[in-house]
This record gives sequence, C-alpha cells and structure tokens, in this order.
Amino acid sequence: MANNTTHTTEYRVLAKVLLVLMFLTFLTISVTSFHLGAFSVTVALLIAGVKGFLVLTYFMHLKYESTLLRILVAMIFVLYSVIILITFIDYAFR
Amino acid sequence: MAEKVIHMEVHRDDEASKLGMWLFIFTELLLFGGLFLVYSVFRAEYPANFHEGSLELSVTIGALNTIALLISSMTVAMALTAIQKDNKKLAMQLIAITLFLATFFLFNKVIEWNAKFEHGLYPGSPLMPHLERGDLLFFSLYFFMTGLHALHILVGMVLLTICFFKVKSGSIHSRKYVNLENGALYWHLVDLIWIFLFPLMYLIT
Repeated sequence: MANNTTHTTEYRVLAKVLLVLMFLTFLTISVTSFHLGAFSVTVALLIAGVKGFLVLTYFMHLKYESTLLRILVAMIFVLYSVIILITFIDYAFR
Repeated sequence: MAEKVIHMEVHRDDEASKLGMWLFIFTELLLFGGLFLVYSVFRAEYPANFHEGSLELSVTIGALNTIALLISSMTVAMALTAIQKDNKKLAMQLIAITLFLATFFLFNKVIEWNAKFEHGLYPGSPLMPHLERGDLLFFSLYFFMTGLHALHILVGMVLLTICFFKVKSGSIHSRKYVNLENGALYWHLVDLIWIFLFPLMYLIT
C-alpha cells in the first residue's frame, strides 16, 4: 500500500522552514548590498543553494521520499554541475 | 465452485504519479539550468554590462516577490498537510492564499516590466539593437528568463485552481491527494527557480 508510507509534515515544521528562508533572503540582500565583487557572488550562490536545499527537503518533502527518488534528484544536480564545469573549461581554453 | 470472489479495484499508483511529476521537474530544472549557464557565460564575458544592467533592476520589487513566493510555497505545502489531516476547509483557504500571492507576484512583475517598457526596453523594441552587445544580452536574458518564469507562475496558478475545485468537489480528499501533491511540487519548482533567479539577476552586481 503506497499511501500508508506517506509522511505528513506538521504545520509547525513548515512555518519554521519559512522563517529560515526569510532570514536567508534578508541575509543575501544585506551581504550583496556591499558590492564586494566575487565574494558577493559566492555568498549569494551559497545562500541560494542552502535555500534550494531547504525547499527540496521540506517543502517538496524529499526527506521522507524513497531513496531512489532522492538519488535521482541528487544525480540531476551532479549532472548539471558537470555541464557547468565542461562549458567553463571549454570557454577558458578557447 | 460455490464462491466467486469479485475484485473491484481501481488501479492507482501514487508513487508512480509522483515519480512522473519528478521526471518532468528534472526537465524543467535542466531547461532553466541551460538558461542559467548561458547567463553565466555571458556574464563572465561582459562583466561591466551585466553589472550596470542589474543595477537597473529594482531590488525592492524583487525582494517583495521573493517573500511572496516563499510564503506561497509554505501555504501550498500546508494545504497538503491540511488535506492529509482531512481539514478540507483549511486546505481550500491555504490554496486560495497561494493563488492570491501568485497574483501579487504577477502584479509586481507587470509594474517592473512597465518601467522597463517606458524606457524603451522590451524584446524587439527599436532601442534594443542600438544597445551595446553586453547590455543587449543582459536585457534579452532578463526578459526571457523572468518571462519564462512568469509563464510558469501562470501554469502553476491554473494547476492550483484545478486542485482548489477538486478539493471543493471532494475528488481530492484525505486518502487520495496525489493531484494536489503534484500541483504543489510544481509550485515549489517555480519557487526553487526564483530562489536562483533573484540573486543572479537583481542582487549580484
């Protein structure tokens, strides 16, 4: 029975995740407002990564999904990183 | 053979429906991923133009929209929790709030784009071909990426409206909610893309 394994995420947990996401948004805006060049870019992308991870884990409830699905999602991001890497290597050595 | 057992069973595989939705989400991620890649490459090639371009965008409107999407993502996740707990009324209210926030997002987008249109910046405008190559690339990517994202907002709104009426009619209920679950997944995807679009377009200058 597929349905019996479904996990219900409590309202409380979802609200907490939202608070963290809001805080991170505030953090990105304040850090990037200093225009620190490459540092801003790194921090902004790192924070976006953490936010994305939270959305995937809690809102899209990957935390409670099957291992197969979690591996599939992870592989997509690995695939995408490889694509970025190859493209930039290509551009760097032209 | 006195007894004959008749099986009345409608085949339903929620796990497979969800897996299907995820596979579709993967294609969406790679679609936007491709655009982010194009953006990064041209950003590396024309850093000065991209810097000036992003200074033109309103951080306030971008931030408001980010908050709206984050809240809406939570409310739609809560709608799923509500339906799992058999609280139909709350689920409908939460989907309605999500739809309201989506409308708010699009409303802001219209204001934002209008300001650009007034400066003669829109795809195919007479001004665009006279811009520097880097500026042209920045604004073309800006309109294409935020435009494609806005289109996804519209599609998400249609899906969630359908879910709203399905909850209302009772065809989505506490033992059968995979449609709402998939609709919510799509909405989270729209949120996820914006999480990366916002800093890349508006913040990193």
